[in-house]
This record gives sequence, C-alpha cells and structure tokens, in this order.
Amino acid sequence: MKNLISKKVEEMQPSGIRAFFDLVLGMKDVISLGVGEPDFVTPWQIREAGIYSLEEGFTSYTSNKGLYKLRLSLHNFLKSKYGLEYCPEEEMLITVGVSEGVDLAMRAIINPGDKILIPSPGYVSYGPMTELAGGTPVYIDTKETGFKVTPANLEKSIDKKTKGIIFNYPVNPTGISYKKKELEEIKKILLKHKLLIITDEVYGDLTYDFEHVPFPTLSGAKEQTLYLNGFSKGYAMTGWRVGYACGPKEIIAAMTKIHQYTIMCVSITSQIAACEALHSGRKSVEEMKREYKRRRELVCDGLTRLGLDHVRPQGAFYVFPSVKKSGLTGFDFAKKLLEEQKVAVVPGTAFGKEFQDRIRISYASSYEDLKESLNRMEIFLKRGGSCG
Amino acid sequence: MDEILEILEKDGRMSIEDIAKMLRKKPADVKKAISKYEKDGIILKYKAVINRELIKENETEVRALIEVNLTPQKDLGFDKIAERIYSFPEVSSCYLVSGTYDLLLIVRGKDLHTVARFVAEKLSPMDHVKGVVTHFLLKKYKEDGVVLKQKEENKRIAISY
Repeated sequence: MKNLISKKVEEMQPSGIRAFFDLVLGMKDVISLGVGEPDFVTPWQIREAGIYSLEEGFTSYTSNKGLYKLRLSLHNFLKSKYGLEYCPEEEMLITVGVSEGVDLAMRAIINPGDKILIPSPGYVSYGPMTELAGGTPVYIDTKETGFKVTPANLEKSIDKKTKGIIFNYPVNPTGISYKKKELEEIKKILLKHKLLIITDEVYGDLTYDFEHVPFPTLSGAKEQTLYLNGFSKGYAMTGWRVGYACGPKEIIAAMTKIHQYTIMCVSITSQIAACEALHSGRKSVEEMKREYKRRRELVCDGLTRLGLDHVRPQGAFYVFPSVKKSGLTGFDFAKKLLEEQKVAVVPGTAFGKEFQDRIRISYASSYEDLKESLNRMEIFLKRGGSCG
Repeated sequence: MDEILEILEKDGRMSIEDIAKMLRKKPADVKKAISKYEKDGIILKYKAVINRELIKENETEVRALIEVNLTPQKDLGFDKIAERIYSFPEVSSCYLVSGTYDLLLIVRGKDLHTVARFVAEKLSPMDHVKGVVTHFLLKKYKEDGVVLKQKEENKRIAISY
C-alpha cells in the first residue's frame, strides 16, 4: 500500500514522541501535566446555548464565512476590547479552530519554495502545515534569547524567499509573551521586509503580567497581519472547534475559497455556542485566568525549589523547564517519570529537535494534582534521576 | 464587587498569598483589605459547606422552607416580629420577600417531629403571625453556588499538544 501514499505526506516526519503518547494513554491513574487544553469544562450557559440550538432545530449549514451573527459579535468584541476593527462581511472568516486558520493561511499564500519563519520552540503543526502547502519552514532559534524572537535573531533568518512568519504569543510550549515595546521592534523588521505576519493569539486571553497586545493593533501592522484567534483556550471550548481569521480582505477571500471547498462551514452548534461565549462568557474567562495565575506561581516556585531551570511564563498554561540537572534527556526524564511516579509531561523535542533537555509542563490541572506532581517530581529527582 | 470578595465567597480558605498571586497584589495589601472587610462587617464569617447526605452516622437533619404571613406592626413594620422569629436557633435563614407571603424561613431540626413542633408551638401561635406553610426539603442539589454531587471524572485525553 505504501506506494499509494503521496510523496509529500510520505516525507512528513512522523512525530518522534507518538509512542510516548501511546504509553501515557495506555496507563491508568496517571496525573497528566501533558495536556494542551484547559481542565475546565465549557461554562454552562455556553453549553446550554448549544443544546438549545439543537432543540430549536439549528442543524443546517451556515454561510461559508460563518454565521453573520457570530462575525458581527466578534467585530463588536474586538472593537470594544482592543479598538480593532474588521469588517464582518469581508475581513473575517470563522474557522475550525485556529488550526484550520493556519492551514488555510499557508495554502492561500505559499508558492513552491516560499519560506515561512517559525519561532522555535513552537507549536507542533506550523512546520508540517507549511510543508504540506509547498513552503519551506525556517526556524528561528530562540534558545539564547529566553525563547523570544528578537530583532537580531529575526533579521538573521530573513532572506529574499521569505514570505511570512507564523508568530504565536503567548507561546505554546514556553508560555512566554511579548510586551508592546517588544512587539513594536519586531514589527519594524517585519514591515521593512514586507512579510505577511500570521499571528496565532489563541492564548491571548491568558496573559498574566501585562495586557495582551494583538499584533494588528500596532500602528501600521494591520494591513500586513492575519490575526488568528479562537475560543478554545480562553473559554475552555477546545472540543467545539471554533476559531476566526481576521485580516486584509484579499487574504480572507483567498482563504474562504479553500475553506468553502474543503470544510464548507464550522458546525452550526459550535458557532451558536461561540456567540453565547462572547455574549456572557467573559466573566468565566477572568475567573479561569485567576486560577491559572495561582497555579503558575505554584509550579514555578516548585520548579525553582527542585532546581529545574526555567524561563518564567507570562501567559498560556505552560512552563518549559530544563531537566539537565537530572542527567537525563527530556525524553528519558518524561518516560521514567511516567513509569516511576505516574506523572506525565511532554518531552521538549516535540516542539523543536534542539530541545532535548527540556520538558513541557502544562498547569491546566487542578491545584491539588499540581502539588502532588511536584512532590512526586521531587522524589523522582532525589531517587536519582541523576544516576540514570 | 472587589475580586478579593469574589474569591473568598467561593473559597473562604484561599490563603492571602494565593489571593495576592491571583490578583498580582502584595500579600500585605490583601491582608489589609481583608481585615478591613472583616472589621466593617462586610465579611461576617467563614464556614464550611457540608454535604450532610454523605455523613454516615445516624445524626441526620431535616430542613424546611417555611412561608410566614404576618400582620405588620405600626411604626415597626415587619422588623420587630422578624427579630422575634429569627432569634430562635432553629431558624437558619430568614428573608423578607415580596409576593403572597412575607417571611421565608429556613428551619433546621434533627427530625420531622422537631420541626413540626417548632412550627406548632413556637411559630404559629406568635402574635402577628397570620399563617404558615411548611415545605419539607427532600433533596439538595445546589447550595450557595456549590453543586452537591461527587466530582465528575475528567473527560480530557491524558496527553495532547
């Protein structure tokens, strides 16, 4: 059967840690700090809106671009929260999570050989999506700059073939984010080279130390930015799969063309629930954010106590510590920690091959579980991860 | 409402340090604010929410919601008579409400008989009490924002990007 598979797909690197994931999934009573989604259930009034819509018989397709009501609500929300204005008719598209938004963007803009900048470490699908669309991912190494893109490491990565950048902040897997001043410096370089800036700001609502600044709100950036966001993280709606793309109408039109043939539209139930989220869910977002903040302190203090070096996260719900101290690679650390202490974390190599000595810890778990996991990690380290 | 109050209303045992972390404030400032709330009587007390249905011992409790119709008193309205009623230790809550009756009480007793006796011997004969309707409580689903059900299992897959 193998020769039936497309070359492009055949050549895609299978994730090296799929086997590790299977190991976790096959084990019982594991405390998992390896989950990339909130531990909260979607707030009830949002779920109820979905249920009611089904009872009322809303079971059809919607407009390809998404329910007008949802686009209009988003328009109003972005305008009032950030002073960001997008036309609901021409500059917005409702997508199946941010994932579809990234995929559509890649397919809409890439010509064979075009290069796309991707900060590393970063979310796992940017590279493969770029390649599937015929582009070449160019990873920006942020190892020496506290996991941050800087004007210097950015400038170094740009050449004539560079078409754009996928810029995610707050970042999965490091939790770092950018203040306005830092964004302004990055913007200058990107605008100078006339690159398309695709921002994935799905964790924007979960920014803890300062206000999140959407990239298109920076002066002069909007015309060159495709702003991707969604309901998954802030509203704890991962399984509903609702995201949105906002940007220049030509790009949205190109993306809509692909979307109408491949996806048609996002599930109407989910879109109606998303309307309710915008209408009444902000308070829940704030409450969940408060709880994440408290957990962040617990985890960061714990890691410091264990002597595991890490950059303090400013958003999302991840920390990306080094486990060098244990004498183990991130992969072996994760495997042994799972086998010996039944605590699951994700090996750092999942997010960039040069992060062998890192693991990703997600603090989207209950306070009690986090406390217990830190205790178990302490026992694990004392027992001599270091002789391993 | 101040976020400190919001947090404490949900979890009265949240530590000052944790509240400070959640709100990015100094622990000393949080402590000061809480002390002031306590002093001003805004925070009255801290208590546990107990799910009595899970208590294994024989010691049970019966609760009743009681509607009370009153004749208001000149110059005093309902306040004086309400005070006479809520001062009984059996009365755990007492509200003046609009509608077809005046006071809504939540009365606790160790069994049906005790509550019935309270109604018959103390409450009903009282001056200005025109009538009472007693509803015995059968099952509690939710109280003060807390759902009285065992925590549901986690439905997330154990590991994901």
